Amino acid sequence: MADPSTVSRRSNVSLAQRAWRIRRNALRMAAVQGQGYIGQALGVADVLAVSYFHALRYRPEEPLWEGRDRFLLSVGHYAIALYAALIEAGIIPESELETYGTDDSRLPMSGMASYTPGMEISGGSLGQGLAIAVGVCLGLRRKNVNAFVVNLLSDGELDEGATWEAAMSAAHWRLDRLIALVDVNNQQADGPSSRVLGFEPLVAKWESFGWHAQRVDGNSIPALVAAFDAARALTEPRPRVILCDTRMACGVDFLERREKTHFLRVEPDEWDAALAALGEMPA
Amino acid sequence: MSGAKPKLTTSAMIASLAAEGHRTSGAPFGHALVALAQTRLDIVGMTADLAKYTDLHVFAAAYPDRFYQMGMAEQLLMGAAAGMAREGLVPFVTTYAVFAARRAYDFVCLAIAEEKLDVKICCALPGLTSGYGPSHQATEDIAIFRGMPNLVIVDPCDAFDIAQAVPAIAAYKGPVYMRLLRGQVPLLLDEYDYRFELGRAKLLRDGADVLVISSGLMTMRALEAAKRLEADRVGVAVLHTPTIKPLDEATILEHAAKPGRIVVVAENHSVNGGLGEAVAALLLRNRIAPPFHQIGLPDAFLAAGALPTLHDRYGISTTAVAERIKSWL
Repeated sequence: MADPSTVSRRSNVSLAQRAWRIRRNALRMAAVQGQGYIGQALGVADVLAVSYFHALRYRPEEPLWEGRDRFLLSVGHYAIALYAALIEAGIIPESELETYGTDDSRLPMSGMASYTPGMEISGGSLGQGLAIAVGVCLGLRRKNVNAFVVNLLSDGELDEGATWEAAMSAAHWRLDRLIALVDVNNQQADGPSSRVLGFEPLVAKWESFGWHAQRVDGNSIPALVAAFDAARALTEPRPRVILCDTRMACGVDFLERREKTHFLRVEPDEWDAALAALGEMPA
Repeated sequence: MSGAKPKLTTSAMIASLAAEGHRTSGAPFGHALVALAQTRLDIVGMTADLAKYTDLHVFAAAYPDRFYQMGMAEQLLMGAAAGMAREGLVPFVTTYAVFAARRAYDFVCLAIAEEKLDVKICCALPGLTSGYGPSHQATEDIAIFRGMPNLVIVDPCDAFDIAQAVPAIAAYKGPVYMRLLRGQVPLLLDEYDYRFELGRAKLLRDGADVLVISSGLMTMRALEAAKRLEADRVGVAVLHTPTIKPLDEATILEHAAKPGRIVVVAENHSVNGGLGEAVAALLLRNRIAPPFHQIGLPDAFLAAGALPTLHDRYGISTTAVAERIKSWL
């Protein structure tokens, strides 16, 4: 019998096509609201495509399946990107896409676990996700569930001290099922991260905290696949981090060229242009 | 002639609250948790480098594989407890009240309370139970936590109360903040017809002149003051209210509505934002207006020093309670 957790990976849809569809879903959601964290969503779409259609084990029809890999979104305003991926994964019906950010929707602007199937935690208060991930890993270990725990955090969350408390703890407990994904887009609410609070050298920092660290082009699907494969296959009893250098608004060239801001302004008449700029689905 | 009384010295971190002649019980929280965990296999213990000072070391010794030392990192502690609870475990989490309330508030609020996760936060050094000064005196922990939706707040009086509160809060599904007395803890409520019930206030003794509504160690002080006031033919009723939130409104209203008594709320906490203001608002909402007084800690950063000195100075010692009540009659 086929393992339903791997069905999505055996389909004929390529990872590039998944990423394209995630971008399109996110643009359609943002168009409904006329706003949204679309720069981040477009930037992180490849990371989510490889997560949900290459790396993670889950059952779309059973979001709380005990054996699932847990994907913890601590950067709550990336919810639009995760909804786009969860729709593509069949966990949220596509028909809900147009409810994004509207009253009584299951898809609020900032991700919350109690609202949305597949949203494992409420992540809006930045810097909490990795600590929660440590506890989830310890809990799974107690229950002898051999699932991976993936925590997507932003580079801005590296400003928070609690992130580093959790990083120390994950190494202390040798959490070899923990994979942290850091979206390094160098953009925070008040400007480039490097000017807000410098975080380099990232690889050396994580390694010195006892982690297995890789830094990759977060908009390169082959690079992300290789990094996930390496992180999952590693036998060392260490937590793993994949530092993903991403480009804000990647895939929509006129938005990508726009002055970088945390909350990318898109004019009402530009949404159709953005969808058009995404082009045809890759072959 | 002798000179001034010799000055007392600040005792070690955890000063005993037991006066001379008090019966005590050692580490009631730790022993109760060990007993409960024999059948509740979902219980784990977690701490932030304070197992020894919260009596969780008793649990750690009994169940080393169910004990998680998270290091001196309270935000991590609360976040990881949330993660544990997400996976169906029931963490009993310990630290000092100041650190849970002040440092880790956001993690308790959003990682735990917002999702009503089953985490029991049990904290030593509530109110004025340390002579180390404001860094260790959680004089406003209840004020801080009362504003947090979903969180149940428990302030037990003695070892008897704590031993019964542990299984009671474990039986309740949801987040709980419990103030903890640790070490050699006074034991007195076993002399009364009393049983801890979550969410219930209990009348420990009746009296015609004064109704004291109290929680935590101030119930002990109120009972002792009541005995002293008997000699002056002052009748003092004591209504012990170990659950601060949700408040047992019906029982408080029933007793406060009885005519001819002054109402005194006594708490080991700032007069701002604790049991006193909660009761005052309750009475006002229900148009019950007895003469009303608060015994609590002043709205100030308190001094360092010996606890008996400080309890006298700030008005929560037995002598101070008895004198203040008399002054209001």
